[in-house]
Amino acid sequence: MSTSSVSKGCFVFKPSAKKRKPSPTVEDYFTHGSENMENSRLRFRTCQSLWEKMKTDTELLQEELNRKVLDSLLEFIRKSSSSFQRGTDDWRSRMRAHEIPTAALVLGVNVPDHDMTFQSLSEQLQLSVSPFVVSLQAKECAALKNLIQKVLERLMGAGVWVNDEDQCEPEQGSTSVNLKRVHCSLKTLHDWYKTVTEKTYTSTPGEKRTSIGINVQQHPPIVVIFKDLEVFSPKVLQDFIIICSRYIEQLPLIFVFGIATAPSVIQHTLPHSVSSLLGIELFQSLSCTQHLATVIDQVILTSEFPFKLSGKVLQVLVSIFLYHDFSVRNFIKGLQLALLEHFHSQPLSVLCCRKQEALGHISKLSHQDVERIQQLPSFMRYVEQQGPQDQVELLTNDDHVKEVCVKLLIDLHKYHKNYYPILRCLHVLTSSLPKYPLGKQARKLHISCLEKNVWDNEEYASAMTLLRMMAKEELVSLLQKCSVILKPGKTKKMRAVLLRLDDLITRFTKADSVAETAAEEDITSPGKGLQKKTNLFQLQKSLLEMKESRRTKKMSQFEILRDEVLEFFDSLVRCHLAPPESQPLYEVCYYSSSAVLRRHLNATPRTSIQTALSNPYHYLKNESLRTEDGTFSSAAPDICIVYKLHLECGRLINLYDWLEAYATVVSAAEGKDPESADYGKVDELKHARFIQAVSELEFLGFIKSTKQKTDHVSRLTWGGC
Amino acid sequence: MSVLEVRFVGDGDALEHIVDKQEGLRTNNSVQRLVALKRTAERNGRVEDDDDDDDEVLSEQHYVQALGTDETEGEECVSAVGGASVFTFQKVKRSNRMALTASELARTPARSVSFSTNPDTDNDDRKHNRSNNRTPKKGKKRQFVSTTPHRLSKRLSAPSLRSDSDSELSPSDSEEDEEEKHDDESVKQARTPSKTTATALYKTPAKKNKAGPEPPPQASLVEEYFEAHCSSKVLTSDRTLQRLHTPKLDRDTLFRLLEEKPSCYSSEIEVLHSSYHEHFSKWMLQLRLGYSVLLYGLGSKKALLEEFRVSMLCQETHLVVNGFFPSITLKSILTALSAEVLEYQGTFRNPADQLQYITTTLRERESPDLHVYLLIHNIDGPMLRGEKTQNALGQLASLPNLHLVASIDHINAPLVWDQSLLSQFNWLWWECVCFQRYIEETSYENSLLVQQTGALALSSLTHVLRSLTANARGIFKLLVEFQLENRDNPSYTGLSFQEFYQRCREAFLVNSDLTLRTQLTEFRDHKLIRTRKGADGVEYLLVAVETSTLTDFLEKEEVE
Repeated sequence: MSTSSVSKGCFVFKPSAKKRKPSPTVEDYFTHGSENMENSRLRFRTCQSLWEKMKTDTELLQEELNRKVLDSLLEFIRKSSSSFQRGTDDWRSRMRAHEIPTAALVLGVNVPDHDMTFQSLSEQLQLSVSPFVVSLQAKECAALKNLIQKVLERLMGAGVWVNDEDQCEPEQGSTSVNLKRVHCSLKTLHDWYKTVTEKTYTSTPGEKRTSIGINVQQHPPIVVIFKDLEVFSPKVLQDFIIICSRYIEQLPLIFVFGIATAPSVIQHTLPHSVSSLLGIELFQSLSCTQHLATVIDQVILTSEFPFKLSGKVLQVLVSIFLYHDFSVRNFIKGLQLALLEHFHSQPLSVLCCRKQEALGHISKLSHQDVERIQQLPSFMRYVEQQGPQDQVELLTNDDHVKEVCVKLLIDLHKYHKNYYPILRCLHVLTSSLPKYPLGKQARKLHISCLEKNVWDNEEYASAMTLLRMMAKEELVSLLQKCSVILKPGKTKKMRAVLLRLDDLITRFTKADSVAETAAEEDITSPGKGLQKKTNLFQLQKSLLEMKESRRTKKMSQFEILRDEVLEFFDSLVRCHLAPPESQPLYEVCYYSSSAVLRRHLNATPRTSIQTALSNPYHYLKNESLRTEDGTFSSAAPDICIVYKLHLECGRLINLYDWLEAYATVVSAAEGKDPESADYGKVDELKHARFIQAVSELEFLGFIKSTKQKTDHVSRLTWGGC
Repeated sequence: MSVLEVRFVGDGDALEHIVDKQEGLRTNNSVQRLVALKRTAERNGRVEDDDDDDDEVLSEQHYVQALGTDETEGEECVSAVGGASVFTFQKVKRSNRMALTASELARTPARSVSFSTNPDTDNDDRKHNRSNNRTPKKGKKRQFVSTTPHRLSKRLSAPSLRSDSDSELSPSDSEEDEEEKHDDESVKQARTPSKTTATALYKTPAKKNKAGPEPPPQASLVEEYFEAHCSSKVLTSDRTLQRLHTPKLDRDTLFRLLEEKPSCYSSEIEVLHSSYHEHFSKWMLQLRLGYSVLLYGLGSKKALLEEFRVSMLCQETHLVVNGFFPSITLKSILTALSAEVLEYQGTFRNPADQLQYITTTLRERESPDLHVYLLIHNIDGPMLRGEKTQNALGQLASLPNLHLVASIDHINAPLVWDQSLLSQFNWLWWECVCFQRYIEETSYENSLLVQQTGALALSSLTHVLRSLTANARGIFKLLVEFQLENRDNPSYTGLSFQEFYQRCREAFLVNSDLTLRTQLTEFRDHKLIRTRKGADGVEYLLVAVETSTLTDFLEKEEVE
């Protein structure tokens, strides 16, 4: 069956039931085309399990981060609903009778991330405050009718669901369906609410309590969540709010506005007469940059996950975040893609898993895999460093290579275990320095460590000089933070470092008393010298002497100690923060092709089209198209010629001129003699080709037809090359 | 970089340049301004864009570095085009540039051609005749609209060119001759810029002497921008396609001709094509993992997707949508899904309900392993661009067991999606530059070409009329003839009903007011005529078909 037709645009294909084979699984697609099935299956499974872990970790993290704002939001909702409970005799609540309690939740511009926040919000609300929670999206609520319908539908659905334990379920269900069909108004909602609350409270109070929890009061509030306030049509929103405010005495309504921009949007969309019906309280969620920092901290700056990103890849992901969307969800998506690509493209990634498993996998490596290991640049570098006897062994003996690999992999894991604590220590030390020579965020430091030896950086040197000027209290507190970071370290080296650090800290505190006495002496001696009367010349002289003495003055004990500490840290950095390229077998764990990631996540389709049009050789590797920079071959495809010619025009293009110019170029490309009579003449074929090329350009959006002048088209772009 | 120099030249100097003296016209101005444009180290043909965009290039580089793309990896094909050259301001263009470029391109057939001028290094030698030391071809590097009256500019520049000893003034080819002829024809129009030679002259005397080696780049950028926008008038030649010797092409001839001509570089295109084949299983993997695959790049990707469909999807339930199809609607896509894929016989009140049904049903059926693949050619097609449609498609794409593969072609296609839609679609972008002709995509009614032929309208006209009585045909012909008589009358609003009735009576076509109205209903139902109430409340009748088509129609009728 063909998929082109002049009368139809949709074509459905269903496999015939008889012939149907079991359709391939995801794993089959993963292993497709690889010569070692076992290996790639293993890789796929490792990849999946790693991804699952990452996903759950990041989700937990997000919940953790949202907890604070959600807790305060829940508190607000509980408070406002309890004021409704106390009811009519409360004067204040009567004053506010027409005011709908509203929580304005400012979530930031990273709209894709909001879904998760709202989901956990409504889950928590349903768990602890009220079963009646409705989430609305602007795109479902084009008119007031739709909005109320959605509210009713979801609430009454919820009502049915809540009453599942009751006996009257079928009856309840049928009525709610009828209501939906017949009549959508808040009055119906009110009646329904009354019956539901009365019934649950009077008939089966005990059961109710146990099924939903103690928190549910007699009149649970109805929470309406507007997920994207900015997108709602102001008219619809206003009407809904006005109607709701009429029912607020009977219905405990509470609104939650999800705001992406700024709280002032409420004032913009709602006139004063409407916004005065809302009792608004503002809640601010955690900023997305902080969120990203925590995610990176938990997922990337840890030795827990064997999969690592190279500096460039991490930079691409971070820049997409910072320059394009601020969306943590997209960042994690990028991470997932990197993970997938790594396991799909690198056969040796089978070793990229927990240490014990990896060691097991080494023994199963095939000859081919061993060859791949031998071809790894990092492994080759390692081989070169060995003695000649060893070199021969490493290049010929598979078993020996495997043995060495075990050792190297253990080393790699150790490297990671040492790398991250030291990185954090360095970050703690430098992140409080003025001007942040090594970056404010740990990820920046991490990236610069990944790229090259961090101690060769100018910034590192300047950070060290700044640290050398630090006051004692600050330094000691930083060192204490470092020791906290180092505490959970399990490797021998880390424990030794911790011991040494603790020792240094105690020496600092001990040095206090010694230093004080020394300092006293220092202060008193020049004071004496100045006390007697002097003339100006002598004063100058003595001051100069003092200066002299200060310069040559012996360093105080604190200064000596400080230098010692910094030297110690410097040695740690040099020892543990070497870039991963220096580690043999690092390719197993590090994913480094940033270009692939960027092309799939942050593509530039227009650039690609314009490149293809202006420089077809870039894609079609034909020598006749080869040109020097910026020049153009007349043998290029029609559309390229037409495009090139149209670049020379202003807003309007005369089709006749265009056609003629095109014909000139094409006849030249055909090798016609410029002197001959039909040179540049428009024949049928050229005309047809021209028409095709022009309509293609129109299809691509470069030009469009216009009525401004006969046989003209207007140009829609100004770029060109 | 362009260096612009303006010199004030005394009368005497000016006279030296104006060799071919034209008496009586010469000395109105006491000072002639001669301006020369000099390009040192002219790079190439991408002249008009980035002669002074250094700043942008620089900042762009920062950005690129930030994105971590500055170092090209082996596999990476960083395109040669940067953002600064793709997105620029409008510049002033002259109408003859296209012809000049064409001849430039044609001069060295089938070889690479450089547009670059000889770097003008020996400035000092040329100080005297800097303004005119270029042939028109060379001088086209930067163009300004000359508001110098036609005669004056001719007087100024044409002769001086001839005086230019070292100019490469080739014997002007047919192109230019024709241009000149054309000029003569349209000499009445004062605004017509002189096509041949006035290129070196500037309109703005305000361009002050920028003697320094580098003019402030921003300033000239700004000036050029305003120059391009100062008038809404666009100067183009008045020639129309009527001048062509070749007859108009209809669709069939077009296809026949294009089929005769084999696509060039087919072997290279084949290489590209097969390189994309290798990705098929990866696409499937990514689809199954919850991503959607989006193909972009020049050339029709329909064939590629079709191959993908045949080789990977024949065992799966799938749906192909031609987004470029002019009457595709969201409803037809949803109906195909609900009625044919899910085999639901009922109807829906609105698309939202239908979508709701589809999402819930697909979610339910996830467990018995129902996977639906949705292939959309041109998801940016004109009928699918709307926000509502894209929202619905996004909702479909976010379903775990509906997998979406789509292609885009329009250069601004990514603007269709905002952040939340993008995250629903969860695209993975794949560059697939196929270089294949968009034959099917451009074959529908709305393309430029059809406006030129109107064949379809004509055939529908004849078909409708053939089914009518002779009287009805006569009535219609009468209206058409009247309309053609008035074709040059811009204020013609149509034939009033009363007058039409009179005429029909005179021709013995109708006998009553009512009969005519009945006949007219027939035409109106087929959208052949339109009625419009005039200011005086009288009904006016108009044939809603283009004039040229009507002429063809009458001719055809006569033959019969």
